[in-house]
Amino acid sequence: MAKTDSQWDRIAASAEFKDLLKSKAKFVVPATIFFIVYYFALPVSVGYFPEFMSRKVWGPVNIAYLFALSQFFMAWILAAMYLRAAGRFDAKAHALVGHLNVGTGGKK
Amino acid sequence: MSLSLLMFVGFVAVTMVITYYSARKGSGASHFFAAGRSIKGWQNGVAVAGDYMSAASFLGIAGIIAFNGYDGFMYSVGWLVAYLTVLLVVAEPLRNAGKYTMADVLAYRLRPRPVRAMASLSTLTVSTFYMIAQMVGAGALVSLLLKDTGVTYEHAVVGVGTLMIVYVVFGGMLATTWVQIVKAILLMAGTLLLSIMVLAHFHFSLSEFFEAVTHVTFKGADGQMVTQDFLTPGLKYKPPFGALELISLGMALILGTAGLPHILVRFYTVPDAKTARHSVVWAMALIGTFYIMTTFLGFGAATIVGKDFIAANGGTNMSAPLLAQMLGGEIFFAFVSAIAFATILAVVAGLTISASTSFAHDFWTNVLHHQREHRPEEEVKVARITAFVIGGVAMAIAIKLGKTANVAFLVALAFAVAASANLPVMVLALFWKRFNTAGACWGLGVGLLASLGLIVIGPAIMGTDGKHMINALPIFPLENPGILSIPLGFLGAWLGTMLSSEKPDEQKYAELMVRANTGLGAEKATSGH
Repeated sequence: MAKTDSQWDRIAASAEFKDLLKSKAKFVVPATIFFIVYYFALPVSVGYFPEFMSRKVWGPVNIAYLFALSQFFMAWILAAMYLRAAGRFDAKAHALVGHLNVGTGGKK
Repeated sequence: MSLSLLMFVGFVAVTMVITYYSARKGSGASHFFAAGRSIKGWQNGVAVAGDYMSAASFLGIAGIIAFNGYDGFMYSVGWLVAYLTVLLVVAEPLRNAGKYTMADVLAYRLRPRPVRAMASLSTLTVSTFYMIAQMVGAGALVSLLLKDTGVTYEHAVVGVGTLMIVYVVFGGMLATTWVQIVKAILLMAGTLLLSIMVLAHFHFSLSEFFEAVTHVTFKGADGQMVTQDFLTPGLKYKPPFGALELISLGMALILGTAGLPHILVRFYTVPDAKTARHSVVWAMALIGTFYIMTTFLGFGAATIVGKDFIAANGGTNMSAPLLAQMLGGEIFFAFVSAIAFATILAVVAGLTISASTSFAHDFWTNVLHHQREHRPEEEVKVARITAFVIGGVAMAIAIKLGKTANVAFLVALAFAVAASANLPVMVLALFWKRFNTAGACWGLGVGLLASLGLIVIGPAIMGTDGKHMINALPIFPLENPGILSIPLGFLGAWLGTMLSSEKPDEQKYAELMVRANTGLGAEKATSGH
């Protein structure tokens, strides 16, 4: 809490911080758009094309159920991918904090 | 004494021991509100899952699938995918920049008093509605399950209310978290066991199981037996508004989860943002597994027990317990019923602590007494008193409504308010430089009023069949207001910002960005385990 306003500004203006934000956005923005589109494809297709979605493709199981089930795996895979990417963001944030010699905030 | 009552008493005994040890562990504000920020990642993940898998999901979802087939499963999907919003957008900035509540993040760069007052109002609204729904459910369930033991609806509501007050007042966040963990493990175990028994019934053949699901026979409206394919979409959500209803529901689930106060407070109980992130992933593993298994619970109840039998023996909410009874006899019925009580109890405790925290931290300390020196002990005391008051009010309303009240819309309402009021403001505070105080207040106010208003004029409250609160044709055709109320929430926030002459505090925004993205200056853990 001891940092002055100008110090926050200094970090915010630094090239490293901007790079951190950029690399985060590069993952988070497309990932968010992807999962929203993938998710809403389900209610839209089920709601507007029920005949097509009721078509049986695997024994008695229809497209609608398989598509719904695939959402679970989509969510898990995306979460795992984010977990990996976030490791890189952590490293960048850590390096930035160390380099700008601003400490870690509160007392250790 | 019945077996289910005995098992439930066992669960209560375990949670009392937890509460006793939590109370001895320490006092202090950070301990009471955030369990000393010392909960481990996996523990918090299990607790988040526990907070989320309420009676609505365990009993409600099994019932919806048992009665409406595939359309019910749409809830299961939305409830998991919603955690991607939590993971990608909300959890880490919240942990990095806040202290105890969602409003902490908003108050950073905006004028704290109006923003906190509004955020506290919407938090209390969401929590209270959600809580009343759970308590009515608990009471109805108990009076059904224990109808031979003389335990009435009123006893059950008062019992649940008293226990949750005890957990929160004496054990704070630490006790609430551990009660949640114990319950989540029980719930997962019960669901897994039940799923395996359903599969065993079909000789562990998935194709035999799904074959049965496509030929479900029940008594139709005209008294004739009907056979239906329960995997077909559209059994519940029919034209003309079915598709819009599904999309609207999806919006409320996907965006509402990340605005539910009792889920958000969980991220303050861990040491740092990285742990918060890991706990979301743990929660997603559990929640996803659970909701995939609702396939077996719901369709199992539809095929093995049958809609007619469930309807004659307590209605939709009894689907899972009746399935257990049919497959595993009285002991398993008692076990599943006890899990259902435990679920309700734990979720209600989680709601109580998040509501009390918001009132004490946001409203009492930072709105009413903002000029006074900050006294953490007093904040804890206020939160404890609030827990008493909220518990009492929720009990009184639940008893007044009675067990036959249709309360499903209260849960829909909680999600709609969270998605329309809380989420837009939180996202804009984090990502829009120009955002200001007026925008936040407008966003929260418009989102809250729009979701409340649209539910009141929708088919949950209005109808001409004599079963609805208002005897008239619904003005708004959808039960789920999200499709309109969420854009209105965003619009309110945008309009409020643009119409106000207030200059955004750019320095504070820079500070918020640095804090949220690096964890610099984040609240530290105060005690280790």
